[in-house]
Amino acid sequence: MLRRIRNAQLLMDAACELTGRPINIMEVCGTHTVSIFRNGIRGTLPKSMKLLSGPGCPVCVTHQGYIDTVLELADRNDCIIATYGDMIRVPGKGGSLETRKSVGNVRIVLSSEDALQLARDNPSKTVVFVAVGFETTTPATAVAVKQAAKEGINNFCILSNHKIVVPAMQALLSDKNNKIDAFLCPGHVSVITGYGVFRGIVEQFCKPCVVAGFEPMQIIEGLAEICRQIIEGKPEAKTLYTAVVTEKGNQIAQSIISECFEPMDGYWRGLGKIPKSTLQLKENYSKFDAFKRFGVTEKSENDTTGCRCGEVLCGLIDPPQCELFGSACEPQTPVGPCMVSSEGACAAWFKYGRRKKQNG
Amino acid sequence: MCLAIPARIVKLEEDRAVVDAMGNQFNARTTFLPNAKLGDLVLVHAGFAISTIDEDEARKTWELIEEIDQFNDTQNKISG
Repeated sequence: MLRRIRNAQLLMDAACELTGRPINIMEVCGTHTVSIFRNGIRGTLPKSMKLLSGPGCPVCVTHQGYIDTVLELADRNDCIIATYGDMIRVPGKGGSLETRKSVGNVRIVLSSEDALQLARDNPSKTVVFVAVGFETTTPATAVAVKQAAKEGINNFCILSNHKIVVPAMQALLSDKNNKIDAFLCPGHVSVITGYGVFRGIVEQFCKPCVVAGFEPMQIIEGLAEICRQIIEGKPEAKTLYTAVVTEKGNQIAQSIISECFEPMDGYWRGLGKIPKSTLQLKENYSKFDAFKRFGVTEKSENDTTGCRCGEVLCGLIDPPQCELFGSACEPQTPVGPCMVSSEGACAAWFKYGRRKKQNG
Repeated sequence: MCLAIPARIVKLEEDRAVVDAMGNQFNARTTFLPNAKLGDLVLVHAGFAISTIDEDEARKTWELIEEIDQFNDTQNKISG
């Protein structure tokens, strides 16, 4: 183990020396962010190597307008909103789903199956499933939609805000202000997509894309692998998480996604509108599309005033650079989504900072 | 939201399974893993098994989940 750490450090040092400038690596997944903090990995890296927390937490990247649309539907007395617990505290213009929960038309579910069961149990209401998440959660939503179609459960629909990871990474690199040298790619999203999906980024932008698992040694060796590629000048898409991530991923899950969904342009917090980055139901499943059923659209309001979650998600600032961080915005009273989600960069920074203070 | 949990299949009927993760049992579907069988360790996300996983890798992920839970608990006590 010590030898592996030493080898990793040598590669990191060599890469920093070779480039002679800071190396910025973006970890795309929120679970990586938490593991990096939990294990104190930042403190072990060379001074000129910086980790940026990217748009890898589904709660965090959800656009304000979508939250407001969910809240609009939650205020109808003919709907039940079924949501993963992570979304419940995200503030919108008029409160959050949590503030609607006491009325009884907001329910937390652990899976899309649970949402479908709610529809079976409440035939007089329409159950709207808050369908958020990346490739890991999308196939589960697709299965529920297919099941609803098969059983004719017409009081079930989904408000799809499912996101595709790669277009967001491409959008980040296309921004001329970006500082990203490489990506540490998400572990469990890649179980579904396969690591081959990142090849397009490598070819288009010449940036290393390395998939790692979540335990500290994988993360450290993932960063070292990126450094090796920088030293050799040969960026590639690669996985170190060979236990579960293959080149092609879970093709059954992929085919269920493409049977039900098609990509459309969609809004991301901080990144704005990204072409073909958000999934909507295909025409033959469109009667389960809550946007169409209720004639609602995603509102286009700007994000909360003063909140800089958008810049955090693009790796442009670290959370403490936001004026609200730690004062108006903290985990108990979050202003922005990156402080709501336990996988959010602001929550991780806040918790880590507090811990250091407690220990010190 | 994107952390899948390793769990062992303890019951299986068609694609409907009961899985056990660290002593907690819950339902999961094996729709995306048609070859999964009773006793297999799988990664479960949002109620679906998305990959098989070996003992060693499952143990590492369980340890990580415990650590993250403890971390969150500690921090909640500090901040709350």
